Amino acid sequence: MENIYLIIALSPLVGAIIAGFWGGQIGRAGAHWVTSTGVGISAVLSLYVLYGFITGTNQVFNGAVYTWMVSDGLRMEVGFLVDNLTAVMMSVVTFVSFCIHIYTIGYMAHDEENWPSESLAGKNSYQRFFSYISLFTFSMLMLVMSNNFLQLFFGWEAVGLVSYLLIGFWSVRPTAIFANLKAFLVNRVGDFGFILGIAAVAMYANSLDYAEVFKAAPGLAGTQIEIFQGTSWSLMSVIGILLFVGAMGKSAQVPLHVWLPDSMEGPTPISALIHAATMVTAGVFMVARMSPIYELSETALSFVLFIGATTALFTGLIGIVQNDIKRVVAYSTLSQLGYMMVALGVSAYAAGIFHLMTHAFFKALLFLAAGSVIIGMHHDQDIRNMGGVKKYMPITYWTSLLGSLALIGFPGFAGFFSKDAIIEAVHHSNIAWSGYAYFMVVVGVFVTALYSFRMFFLVFHGEGPRDEHAKDHLHESPKVVTVPLILLAIPSVFIGYFTVDAMIFGDWFAGAIHVLPEHDTLAALGKTVDSGNGMLGHFYATLPFYLAMAGLGVAWYIYMKQPDLADKIKGMFAPVYNLLDKKYFFDEIYQAVFAGGSRGIGRFFWQKGDAKLIDEIIINGSANNIGRFAGLVRNIQTGYLFHYAIAMILGLLLLLTWFVII
Amino acid sequence: MSDLPILSLVIWLPIIGGALVLASGDKQANVTRWTALIVAILTFIVSLPLWSGFDTSTAQMQFVERSMWISLFNIEYYLGVDGISMPLIVLTTFITVFVVIAGWEVIEYKPSQYMAAFLIMEGVMVGVFSALDSMLFYVFWEAMLIPMFLIIGVWGGPNRVYATIKFFLYTFFGSVFMLVALIYMYFKSGSFDILAFHGLKLTLTEQILIFVAFLMAFAVKVPMWPVHTWLPDAHVEAPTGGSVILAAIMLKIGGYGFLRFSLPITPDASSSLDWLIITMSLIAVVYIGFVALVQKDMKKLIAYSSIAHMGFVTLGFFIVFMIAQNSETASGAVLGIEGGMVQMVSHGFISAAMFLCVGVLYDRVHSREIGAYGGVVNTMPIFGGLMVFFAMANAGLPGTSGFVGEFMVIIASFRADFWFAFLAATTLILGAAYTLWMVKRVMFGEVANDNVAALEDVNRRELLVLGSLAVAVLVLGLWPAPLVEVMDASIENLVKHVVASKL
Repeated sequence: MENIYLIIALSPLVGAIIAGFWGGQIGRAGAHWVTSTGVGISAVLSLYVLYGFITGTNQVFNGAVYTWMVSDGLRMEVGFLVDNLTAVMMSVVTFVSFCIHIYTIGYMAHDEENWPSESLAGKNSYQRFFSYISLFTFSMLMLVMSNNFLQLFFGWEAVGLVSYLLIGFWSVRPTAIFANLKAFLVNRVGDFGFILGIAAVAMYANSLDYAEVFKAAPGLAGTQIEIFQGTSWSLMSVIGILLFVGAMGKSAQVPLHVWLPDSMEGPTPISALIHAATMVTAGVFMVARMSPIYELSETALSFVLFIGATTALFTGLIGIVQNDIKRVVAYSTLSQLGYMMVALGVSAYAAGIFHLMTHAFFKALLFLAAGSVIIGMHHDQDIRNMGGVKKYMPITYWTSLLGSLALIGFPGFAGFFSKDAIIEAVHHSNIAWSGYAYFMVVVGVFVTALYSFRMFFLVFHGEGPRDEHAKDHLHESPKVVTVPLILLAIPSVFIGYFTVDAMIFGDWFAGAIHVLPEHDTLAALGKTVDSGNGMLGHFYATLPFYLAMAGLGVAWYIYMKQPDLADKIKGMFAPVYNLLDKKYFFDEIYQAVFAGGSRGIGRFFWQKGDAKLIDEIIINGSANNIGRFAGLVRNIQTGYLFHYAIAMILGLLLLLTWFVII
Repeated sequence: MSDLPILSLVIWLPIIGGALVLASGDKQANVTRWTALIVAILTFIVSLPLWSGFDTSTAQMQFVERSMWISLFNIEYYLGVDGISMPLIVLTTFITVFVVIAGWEVIEYKPSQYMAAFLIMEGVMVGVFSALDSMLFYVFWEAMLIPMFLIIGVWGGPNRVYATIKFFLYTFFGSVFMLVALIYMYFKSGSFDILAFHGLKLTLTEQILIFVAFLMAFAVKVPMWPVHTWLPDAHVEAPTGGSVILAAIMLKIGGYGFLRFSLPITPDASSSLDWLIITMSLIAVVYIGFVALVQKDMKKLIAYSSIAHMGFVTLGFFIVFMIAQNSETASGAVLGIEGGMVQMVSHGFISAAMFLCVGVLYDRVHSREIGAYGGVVNTMPIFGGLMVFFAMANAGLPGTSGFVGEFMVIIASFRADFWFAFLAATTLILGAAYTLWMVKRVMFGEVANDNVAALEDVNRRELLVLGSLAVAVLVLGLWPAPLVEVMDASIENLVKHVVASKL
C-alpha cells in the first residue's frame, strides 16, 4: 500500500515541478495537462483508498518513508498515517483540487490581461499558476497524511508558503502584495504558538510520532508545569492551547482572522481551493487528529469552543454589510470555520470533520460560482453593480442556489446534516462556555441565511445588471468553468445524506478519533435521533430550521420587496453599521499597534541602542577618549629642555621626600 | 589515501595557489581567474575525502598530522578534525568556489590580488578549523584578519576605511585576551595542545578569567550583542565576495571557538556564566530582529539578520547546563548543540546566497537601498524565484536548511526554560517580517523606475552560483540526517565532558 500513498502524495509534486521549471517549453496546454493529470491520479487513487476503507479491505497504514534526522534519541521522520480520517481528507482535497484545476483552465485563460505588457513575470504566469496549485495539493496531502508532528509542521508551513505565493500572484497589484505579506505574518503568529506546542510535546513525550505521543498522553495528563514562577499549569492544557494557536492562524479564528478576507486579492480558484475548502480547514483537521490530547484537557476544549463560537457569529455579522462578492463568501467561510471549531470544542470531532467535508464542497462551489459571475462581469466584483444575472448565466445561477441552500442548512442538503449535528452536539454539551456557544451558533444560523441570500438576491434576481455596460458582455461561462460547478453541486446536495449515518451516527472515525465517554456529545445526540433519516424527519421541530427560513425571508423582504429598507436600517443603526463595515476596527488597530509598533521599536533599538549607545558612546567614544588622552599626554612632550629639567627636579624632590618620611 | 596529509593539502594548496595567482599579475585577467577557479575547485575536491573517509563512530580526532614546529616553546604543527570542525572545513572549501565564480567579471580592479586574497583566506580559515595546537590556531586566527582587511579596504565601498579600522580593532581587541589565556594555560600545562587544555584542572576563578578572555574573542567574531556593530558596517562596505566569506565562514569561527575552547576548557565557568550568554543570545534574536526590520540598506538588513541567526547558535550551545539541571540524563543537550551546528552550516549557505542576491542587483544598479528598487520580478523572473526562495529559507521555512537548526534549538531550549523557547520562537514572526517585507519592496509591485526596467535577468554564471546554493539549502532542509550523523559522536562526547565538573 505504501507505494499508492507515495504516488498520491508525489504525483501533484511532479506536475508542479514540470510546469514550474519547464513551463515555457511545454506551453499552456502542456502545463494544465501535466498538473491536472498529476492531481487526477491522486484523486482517483485517494477515492480508491477511501473505497478500501469503506469496504473494510484497507488496513490502517502507519509507516515511515525516510528518517529526516536522529538527534539525541529524538527520531524525526517523514512518514504516512492513513486511516479513515486521513482517507476522507485526502479524497476531499484531491477531488476539490481536481475540479479547481479544470476550472482554472477557463478562469486564467486571459491572465496576460492582468499583467503589464512588458512584464516578464506575466509571460508564463498561466503555467506558474498551475504549478503553484499543484504544489499546494502536494503540501496539503503531506499535511493530512503525516504520522508525526514534524511533517505536520512541514505541510503546515508549506501550504502557508503556497498561499503566500498565490495571494500575491498578481504581484503588480499593491493590494495583493500587501495581503500576502499580511497573511504570511499572521500565520506565523499562529505558528509561533504551534512550534512551542510541538516543543512541549517533544520534551514530555520524547517523541514526535503521533502514535507514541498519543500512547504517552494519558500518563502525562496529571503533569503540571510551571510557566510563571509559582504558578501551576496542566501540561495538556498548555500543549492543547499552544497547538490551537497554530490552528487559529491557519484556520483564521478571531483574533487571527484578519488575513483571510484580504486573501481574496488572489485569483478566485485559489480562494476556493485554499481559502475555503482545504488549507483553512487544516486547523480543524489538526485538532481532530490530536483528539487524544484535547480530550485530556477541558480547559483547552473550552478555549477552542470560546474562540470558535466567537468567530462563528461575529464574522458572520460582517458578511451582511460587505459589497464585494468574494468578501461576502470569505466572511461566510470564517463563520463556518467557527462552527467547525465549536464542534471540536464540545468533543464532537466527527461533526467538525463532517462539516469540514460538506463545507469544502459547497463553499468551493460558491466561490467558483462567484468567480463565474466575476468572469461574466469582466472582473467587477461589486454586487451593487450586479443583479438579474440569473437570465444570463443559468448554470451558474442554479448551482449557486444549490450551494446557498446547502450553506444555510436547508433540510436534506449537505449543510443541513453537518450544521444540525454541531448545534445539537453543543446543546448536549456541558463544558464551560457551551451555553455561550449554543447561543452564538443558533443566532449564527439566522445570520448565515441572511447574508447568503442577500448576496444571492442582489446578484441573480431583480432588474439588472445595474451596471449597464455589463449587459453587452454578460453571458454564461465556458464548459471548463460550468462543469466543475456541476461536479461540486452534486456532493453539495447529496454528500451529507449519504455519509451522515457513518460519520455521525456510525463508527467511521472509531480508530482515528478518541473521545472520552463523559465528553461524548454525539453519543448523547444519538439517543434522540439515530440516523440521517431521523434528522430529516424532525427538521420542522428544530429551532435552526425556522431561523434559517427567517433569515432567507428577511433577505427576500429587504432586498427584493423593499429595496429602500436596507438604507433606512443602515441609517437607523449607523454606529452598528460602521462597526461592521470597519470589521470591528481590527485592521486599523493591528496596523497601528503591531506594524507601527514594531517599526517604532526597531527604530528605537537601532538609533538609540546601536547607533547612539554602543557605537557613538562606547566604541567611537572610547576611541575618541584614547585620542583625547593621547592629546593630553602629548602636551608633556614639549621638546623644551627646561620643562624636562623641572620635571626631573620635581621628581627627585618627590622621591627624596618619600624616602625621608618612610 | 589515508597516508596523504589531506588537511595540510587543504590548507596550503589554496595559499600556494593564491601566491601563484598573485604572482601572475593582472595582464591576463582571464588566466588569473581560471587559475583561481581551478585552485578553488581542486581544494574542494581534496577536502571531500575528509567527509567520505570520516569515521562517524568515534569522537577522536581524525586525519591527524603532528610534528614539532618551535621546540623551544613546545609549539607543534598539530592538525586534526572531528565532527565539529570537519563540516565547517567542507563548507569553507565549498563556498570559496562560488566566491571565485561570483567575482568573475565583476572585479575589474586588480583581479589577481582579489582572487589571491580569497584563496589565501580559504587556506587560513581551514587552518583555524583544523589546528589542534593553540598557538598554531592563534597564528591562523590573526592571519585571517589580513586578507579580509585588504578585501574590504581595497575593493570596498566609499566608507571602507572606517569599516576596516572598526573591523580590525574590534576583532583584534578581542583576540589579545585570548592570547593571554592561551599563554597562561601553556604555563600550567607545558604545551599549547588544545586537547591537553581540555583535561587541564583549573580552579573556578581561573576558569572564569579564561572564559571571559575567550568570550571577548569569540563574542566579537560571532558577533554577539552588544559587540556586533562592526558587522553591519563591514558588510555594507565589503565587496560581495567579502560579505559572503564574512557571513558564511568567518562568523562561524566564533561559534567554533565556543565549542573547541570555552565549553570543554572551562565547563564550570561556562555553567556559572551561561545566563550571560543565553541573555546575550536572546537579545540578539529579539532586539536585532527589530533592528533588522527598519533597515533601508539591503546588506545591512541581511547583516542584522545574520546576527539574529547566530544568536540561535550561541543559545543552542549554552542551554546545555540548564537542560542537564532539569533532567538527569541531560537529554536535549546534544540536540541544542547539534542544532547550533546545523544552524551554522545552514547560515553559511543562506547568508552567502542572500549576499550574492544583493550583489546581483548591486552589479546592475549600483545601489543597495531598498527604496531604489521595486517590481524587480517583472524584469528578472528567474532571479525573483531564487531570491524569494532564499528569503523563505532565511525566514526558516521547513524544507529549507534554515528551518532545521532553528527547530532543533527551539525544541531544545524548551527543555531548559519555557521562556527561552518563547523568545527564540519570535524569530518565526520577526524573521519572516524583516525578510519578506524587504522582498515585497524590492521584488514585487510595479516596475519602480527606469533602472529596474532596464534590468536583465541573471546570466549563466550567476544562475550556476545561486542554483547550486539553492540545491544545497534544499538538500540540507529535506535530509539533514547525514550532517547530524557526522557530528553526533563528537558532540555527544563533548556534552559528556562538559557536564562533568572540573573542580
